[in-house]
Amino acid sequence: MARRITYQQAINEALAQEMERDPTVVVFGEDVRGGAGAPGEDDAWGGVLGVTKGLSPKFPDRVIDTPISESAYIGAAAGAAASGLRPVAELMFVDFLGVCLDQIFNQAAKFRYMFGGKAVTPMVIRAMYGAGIRAASQHSQALYPIFTHIPGLKVVAPSNPYDAKGLLIQSIRDDDPVIFLEHKVLYTVEGDVPEEAYAIPFGEANIVREGSDVTVVALGRMVPFAEQAAEELQREDGISCEVIDLRTTSPLDLETLLESVENTGRLVVVDESSPRCGLASDIVARVAQDAFGDLKAAPQMVTPPHTPVPFSPTLEDAYVPSPEKIAAAVREAAGAATAGAR
Amino acid sequence: MSIEKLGMPKWGLSMTEGRVIEWLVEEGADLDIGTEVAEVETEKINGAVESPAAGVLRRRVAAEGDVIPVGGLLGVIADASVSDADIDAFVADFQASFVPAEAEEEAGPAPETVTVDGTTLRFLKTGEGGEPLVLLHGFGGDLNNWLFNVEALSGDRAVYSLDLPGHGGSSKDVGDGDLAALCGALRGFLDSQGIDKVHLVGHSMGGLVAATVALEDPARVASLTLVDSAGLGEQIDRDYIEGFVAAEGRRDLKPVLQRLFADERLVTRQMVDDVLKYKRLDGVQPALRSLADHLFADGHQQHRVGDALGSFSGPVLVVWGEQDQVIPVAHAEAAPAGAETKVLPGAGHSPHMEAAGEFNRVIEGFLAGAHAG
Repeated sequence: MARRITYQQAINEALAQEMERDPTVVVFGEDVRGGAGAPGEDDAWGGVLGVTKGLSPKFPDRVIDTPISESAYIGAAAGAAASGLRPVAELMFVDFLGVCLDQIFNQAAKFRYMFGGKAVTPMVIRAMYGAGIRAASQHSQALYPIFTHIPGLKVVAPSNPYDAKGLLIQSIRDDDPVIFLEHKVLYTVEGDVPEEAYAIPFGEANIVREGSDVTVVALGRMVPFAEQAAEELQREDGISCEVIDLRTTSPLDLETLLESVENTGRLVVVDESSPRCGLASDIVARVAQDAFGDLKAAPQMVTPPHTPVPFSPTLEDAYVPSPEKIAAAVREAAGAATAGAR
Repeated sequence: MSIEKLGMPKWGLSMTEGRVIEWLVEEGADLDIGTEVAEVETEKINGAVESPAAGVLRRRVAAEGDVIPVGGLLGVIADASVSDADIDAFVADFQASFVPAEAEEEAGPAPETVTVDGTTLRFLKTGEGGEPLVLLHGFGGDLNNWLFNVEALSGDRAVYSLDLPGHGGSSKDVGDGDLAALCGALRGFLDSQGIDKVHLVGHSMGGLVAATVALEDPARVASLTLVDSAGLGEQIDRDYIEGFVAAEGRRDLKPVLQRLFADERLVTRQMVDDVLKYKRLDGVQPALRSLADHLFADGHQQHRVGDALGSFSGPVLVVWGEQDQVIPVAHAEAAPAGAETKVLPGAGHSPHMEAAGEFNRVIEGFLAGAHAG
């Protein structure tokens, strides 16, 4: 039965239920246990924001604190996955990708292909991403396009507690390396989540709001922003938005996007990552190529500017796409259509 | 005559508001109790609002497209002799004093669970007293399928909507996957609630369960209502059963769910989402597979109780949607001699949802007769 829990609790519950079900699931990373082996309280931390708290008392041998050496423990996760375990390694901030990129893109992502399909690599890398908590440019990036660019990785970014639990369970059961990105601003968001375990298949976008005038595509924290904009546009402008949550950027559910654009003829993509070679430009390009004849107006992209995430709170707030910017882009798309029709 | 309010109904636990899609009658039209007056869309399902009284629709207060909270004013019904000024005053009074209920206050009864022989069963109890009624959903359904019925039927009796094993919020273990497991769960549930005498209403697969329990334990069953029921013939739509089991995403599932209704527009995004959420739960897929293989292998019903039901001495009602695409309406003819049979026009496999007002009146009338008898 469903009850309301937070995004953070949903992630913790998915880990606990999968560890209970499958003894090969192991969790490791910096401070995921916290305090272990040092004077002080065991399970004191449970990850830097407490997401894995409570797992180590339940599974004392399978929740492991690592040294501050991402290249070592992400590499260890790739090896453990190739040799029979299902590791869930926590990279803490996704911004630390730089120190362990070889282990991810040149090792884990390629095992299936370089070993003739005979090796499976069921590893999950969990990491926090995104701006909004005044954590400055080295702890605030939305790096999903980098992973999406690499064949052999699956890339997941849930927007709500229900999806966080179901997509993380699917990530753990999946036989390929999965990058599971958690938006830190969403950790405290509550939603209805079933107590039982369930898996949401990858590559199935969620239509969170049906509409007929403009298709708005979003991911992660941008989904609630897009819903907020859609509500305002319906109320104030009578513009009906169809809001689509991608859930996964790799695989990409292009079919749902094309079906929606076929109905609306107008596309707005909201993307928290940097604008160049990014998710928004990728989606706009794919839709323009496959559904050019359906488009009634130029697609719009709502992204941050091409700069690092600023530390100044004022500038950080201005940097992130907002419901207001999304609404403006939708009006632009819809207005262009009206002009064209004249 | 007094002035009657035509209000926004509450369909299901989570409904807080509805959108008026279309008025079905003009101002000034004569209404009977049960006349369909307006079509309303909710998050879960679309449905028709019926007139609560006989009279003239004097005022359409809500416009098409308006979103109105549960209990809010859609229109005003009164005799033709009531003055326009009185109608105006009624509307003004109502709007001045109406306060939409908060979602929490309005939540009403919540589903409960009970564990019987290691199997957790979820149920919703509405109403109190009387000879209790138990509602049994069909294959892949759950207690929420009765959202249009529980309130109407629980006026003077306790109504239990039950999730059968493998379904809704109940355990997903269906044992050997055959009928006996489902019937055992129902009997265990009745024991757990201390119910000695029960009116059973079963839809589709739930009808087969109800009929089987009535035959095995006739003293316990006060009356039996079979709705588009399994167990009365051989045929069942294989495409529906297999399509439901196989569907993994919205695109596969929506056309399958549309087969449940004569009017496929009743299937909303939220309804498809809710079924998908159920189907993703661990254990559901093997449960559905096993039940389908045992009960409906290759589009053939494996259990038929029509002939045996002749020996059941209690009152029997057979209700069918005329446009049922899953189990043919012709199976209604296999009802035992002496059974009351009612075919509802304009409804498909789920008349309790699609023709809810008429369905509820038919059941109420039957239960009243069953008590008198």
